[in-house]
Amino acid sequence: MSRARYTRRLPAAALVAGLALAVSACGGGSTDTAAAPAASASSAQLDPNMDLSKQSLTISVWPGYTPEDLPKRVKDKLKTELKVTLHDTNEIIMGKLTTGADTGLDVAFVSGQYAQALNEAGLLEPLHPELIPNLANLYPEAKELSYDKGNVFSVPYTWGTTGICYRTDLVKTPPTSWNDILSPPDEAKKKVTMMTTERWLALPAVKALGLSVNTKSDEDLDKVKAKLIEAKPSLLRYDDVDFGKRLVSGEAVMAEAWDGWCPTSEKNIEFVVPKEGSDLWVDTMVVLKSSKNKEAAHAFVNFILDPEIHGWAAQNILYKVPNKAAMDALPAELKEKNKPLQMSPAQLLEGESIIDLGEDSTKFTRLATEVQAAK
Amino acid sequence: MTSSTVSGATAKQRSRRSRVLGRLAFLSPGLTYLIVLMLIPLALIISYAFFRRGRFGGVVYELTGENFTRLIDPIYLDVVLDSLKLATAATLIALLVGYPTAYLIAQLPARWKTIALIAIVMPFWTNFLIRIYAWIVLLSGPGLVNTVLGKLGLGPFEFLYNQGTIVTGLVYSYLPLMVLPLYAAIEKLDPQLREASANLGARPARTFASVTLPLTLPGVITGCMFVFVPSFGNFVIPELLGGGRSIMVGNLIRDQFLKARDWPFGSALTLALLAVLIVLLLVQAWSARRA
Repeated sequence: MSRARYTRRLPAAALVAGLALAVSACGGGSTDTAAAPAASASSAQLDPNMDLSKQSLTISVWPGYTPEDLPKRVKDKLKTELKVTLHDTNEIIMGKLTTGADTGLDVAFVSGQYAQALNEAGLLEPLHPELIPNLANLYPEAKELSYDKGNVFSVPYTWGTTGICYRTDLVKTPPTSWNDILSPPDEAKKKVTMMTTERWLALPAVKALGLSVNTKSDEDLDKVKAKLIEAKPSLLRYDDVDFGKRLVSGEAVMAEAWDGWCPTSEKNIEFVVPKEGSDLWVDTMVVLKSSKNKEAAHAFVNFILDPEIHGWAAQNILYKVPNKAAMDALPAELKEKNKPLQMSPAQLLEGESIIDLGEDSTKFTRLATEVQAAK
Repeated sequence: MTSSTVSGATAKQRSRRSRVLGRLAFLSPGLTYLIVLMLIPLALIISYAFFRRGRFGGVVYELTGENFTRLIDPIYLDVVLDSLKLATAATLIALLVGYPTAYLIAQLPARWKTIALIAIVMPFWTNFLIRIYAWIVLLSGPGLVNTVLGKLGLGPFEFLYNQGTIVTGLVYSYLPLMVLPLYAAIEKLDPQLREASANLGARPARTFASVTLPLTLPGVITGCMFVFVPSFGNFVIPELLGGGRSIMVGNLIRDQFLKARDWPFGSALTLALLAVLIVLLLVQAWSARRA
């Protein structure tokens, strides 16, 4: 669920990432030592009157996920020097953060379940809400996210769900159920795509079977596996990068898609959340415990929650942001052209939050391998 | 007399030492390359394979053999067998296409030889990913080939996203690595040997089987290794041209590092892949020596 639209899973990026992993691995060091309750334990004393020009910030974020001129805007507003580093996927930033070495990062953008994992590992600074007055801009629903109720250690930056993106002119009846993509009608046979990233590879079958996206039960996962293997013959291919283009060209007529990635501004393309329900994914900002610039880090998070900056994400990457003021300020025309932007927070909250499964997450890796290797 | 012998000996010693130093100086770029980019990463991989995965990724430094016991699982064996099958098919096809090509180039006049060789390596001037994406543009459902065939009243065909397209992609990508060593071997072959064979009454087929092929066998083996090794570990082509519908060992390893955050198991898989390749190389070396 990483966000760089074009680079996120391109193999070249993966190669570079592989090298980066190898390098960062040299840092070594375990972060696994029963650190779970650490997060709530200690929180630094922060000085609200700190001179922020004396602090500098380094953040890590997905490419294209924040405005290009963010360092300048931050400098103008907060007087703080900002350095932006990039990560292509959650896994890469997790690799960096969990080696135990000081990364020099102050703020990182990671998806909700990863923020949860980082917190359990004791790597996050509990937030100081008094330093983030703009939290008031968030929807009340944005404080109800199951991986972090009450925004204790993370602030949501964008959120959305997964559904079916389809061609209205090339399927006879619009899909309404995950079963429509798992066993498509004749006109869509060999013209549907599904995602390969583990949790989303499982999602259509998980929801069609009425299970939880966070299930760890082997029995459940066996059923999911059988259903996915059954669906394989009618699949064009697995795809979590280019499905939008494939729908536009007509190579595919239905695709499992993240809402923001479904090109609904194109003619004849619509997005639907199947009736069995779906997930709720959230990308968040977290402040690292190792940061030496925590005052500036909080000021930065507060600055991002400014409706103008936060609205940038909705306008430019077409993801919903959990910021009421920012969403209200979006041009009506943009919302009209990109229907997923109209989804309300209440509708989003109907989706089930993906949470980190710890040791059991390897079960999903295995499931993905088995499904993809199946003949 | 004596003193001059002594000084002669030290001079010899000194010259030997300077020769050793000279060699070291020349070797150092290559050695540095090998140590930094090959030996150190390999040592890391070997050590990781014996540790545990951290709950949140990374490596926990607790010794364990479980990464290797996990390898003995039919699902991974299936993937390895599949990869062997695909890589072998790609290698054989590349050999069948590459040998005549190399043979022909070797017979060309010198000027044309150069041009032909440049043409063979020309695809390398374009980015690998772009060339693979080009195949998608060509072969997809509404793609170029189907459009042209459609005008002729044929199709549309489903070319893409199966094991056949994976093999096509592998052959396409690594064919130059087959042609070049074959060319080098065939080019060195003395034409008089073939003439002698013909003069002694052998038909072309016999000449090829008894003279040309045995003498160019080192080139054949080198070419096959050059194609087989990168094919076996490839993960880009199965994903882009195979549509992720079947996976190869390369995908499995990549996924352990970049998706599953399971470096120790990824390392164990890497070692298993290396072991397979080393065994194959030994078999090749042994058969080459006997040939």
